[in-house]
Amino acid sequence: MLQTMARELAPLHQGDPIKAATREAYGKALLELGEEMPDLCVLDADLSGSTKTKAFGQAYPERFFNCGVAEANMMGIAAGLASMGKTVFASSFAMFATGKAWEQVRQSIAVPEFNVKVAATHAGLTVGEDGKSHQMLEDITLMRVIPGMRVLVPADAVEARLAVKAAAEADGPFYVRLSRASTPVVFGEDYKFEIGKGAVVRDGHDIAIVACGIEVGMALAAAEELAQGGIEARVIAMASVKPIDADLITEAAKDCGCVMTAEEHQVMGGLGSAVAEVLATRAPVPMAFCGMNNEFGQSGDAWDLVSHYGLDGPGLAASARKLVESKNS
Amino acid sequence: MTLTDQQREEIGAAANTVRQDSVRMTNAATCGHPGGPMGMADFMSTLFLAHLNLDADNRHDPERDRFILGNGHTCAGLYSLLAQKGLFSRESLLEFRKFGSPLQGHPHRNLDLGIDMSTGSLGNGLSVGVGMALAAKQNGWGTRVYVASSDGESQEGQIWEAATAAAHYGLANLTVMVDFNNIQIDGVMREVMDVLDLREKYAAFGWHAVDVDGHDVDAIDAALCAAKEETTRPSAIICHTTIGKGVSFMEDKAAWHGVAPNDEQAREALAELGA
Repeated sequence: MLQTMARELAPLHQGDPIKAATREAYGKALLELGEEMPDLCVLDADLSGSTKTKAFGQAYPERFFNCGVAEANMMGIAAGLASMGKTVFASSFAMFATGKAWEQVRQSIAVPEFNVKVAATHAGLTVGEDGKSHQMLEDITLMRVIPGMRVLVPADAVEARLAVKAAAEADGPFYVRLSRASTPVVFGEDYKFEIGKGAVVRDGHDIAIVACGIEVGMALAAAEELAQGGIEARVIAMASVKPIDADLITEAAKDCGCVMTAEEHQVMGGLGSAVAEVLATRAPVPMAFCGMNNEFGQSGDAWDLVSHYGLDGPGLAASARKLVESKNS
Repeated sequence: MTLTDQQREEIGAAANTVRQDSVRMTNAATCGHPGGPMGMADFMSTLFLAHLNLDADNRHDPERDRFILGNGHTCAGLYSLLAQKGLFSRESLLEFRKFGSPLQGHPHRNLDLGIDMSTGSLGNGLSVGVGMALAAKQNGWGTRVYVASSDGESQEGQIWEAATAAAHYGLANLTVMVDFNNIQIDGVMREVMDVLDLREKYAAFGWHAVDVDGHDVDAIDAALCAAKEETTRPSAIICHTTIGKGVSFMEDKAAWHGVAPNDEQAREALAELGA
């Protein structure tokens, strides 16, 4: 059924892998949740067509509030609604939801532990042509550091739907990071997402690659390339960046002897840091961190940018080979 | 509806207790903000005694009224009124700001104590009030949402985002009471960053807005009654007050925004307040 949903979400050309954007899956999940949860409210800040909350607004107009271009106020309204017993999803682009409104998310949502899910789209480089003002590459760090805030970065449309539903059903604040671009569907219809758990999407024993978001697909492509050179990579999809699956990462480090992380995000403070925080105390091994290295993005085609910053399959494979070499030397 | 003589007397007594408590609590804590709550005492007491539907028995009733202290640093006054209304013991007031006390330096949400929202960062409260009022309206509840704010807080841009949204959503169940004392932590508000005429500003944003003498409990009560008559617009009551009201050496002094009285000053202040 999930594969069917993913197929419905994106136009396909003969022979292409099934592709869909996580934001599309978010919009569909909201529609399903709207029916199941009468107390669910959805807020947006004038980007409902892009964040895909619009369909919920059309189906449930009395539970949808367009707050206009005022993200800080939207987070406060979300807090107020939650304080009265509502489950609230608040959406905008990742830049504005977590950047402009960070203080309101901390003070008005996280401090009182309200049941608000900040679900932001257009995260990372794959915003593409809009350039650095809209390429949010610091949001995982900003949200991860807030006490009590859980952070989910689904890899594909299948996982996005499940992650959104899991966040809706769990009490308390969440950040769900979603993408604009369509990406290959990684997970099958039998996939069970669980908060705090990662998923081994390919097994191997020479290197573990822990990835989130669009980088899971890139890591799988890298693993294919590495296998041709005799390197077997274990690829772990870690949508649950916080709480992170410390046991799965530790086991992978012990089995593989080195760990590389991949994220469409700054290296400082993101998934890589979260993985390193676990391994530094539980299983120190050589590590490499793939992501943005203390720089902003730029305008361009989304996938050209991913390639330029070394975050496509060949880029990750090159970094992985270096790490494996250093482990063996 | 006008106040009865008895109500007027009770509100006056409660306001005086707020002033005394503000002195005692900040003195005991050796820090905090005594001047603001002393200036706000009359309008806060009128709200809490004659209008706000919150007491020890209904604190967990989802349909009761809500109160948010947007200018959270003035919480000595809020805590005093909650204690006076029996939500917790008066003895606990002297634990204000101390380790282990739920009476945090700025309010932290605690429904057992009647504290509806965590505040302290200026500008955030009114937006939360908009959300509460929206939920109450959506649920068809008679809940009224009251937010205290201030002239200094009105320098925050988020206040005007919230004001825009409240009018847009037609939140007649939302009332903001603005403590306008022309004092902020760095000095005189008109000199630091003049917010100009807040009644005009709120009116321009689509609110029912009035100016009142923030120490005239009958005028405050009338404004709160008028707010309840509104059917499509939120209401703003601009309460013109004197910081440190009731103590000669504290009145209208920016120095008393965020400094606690020492023991001798506290004794003098309490004597002036008839303690």
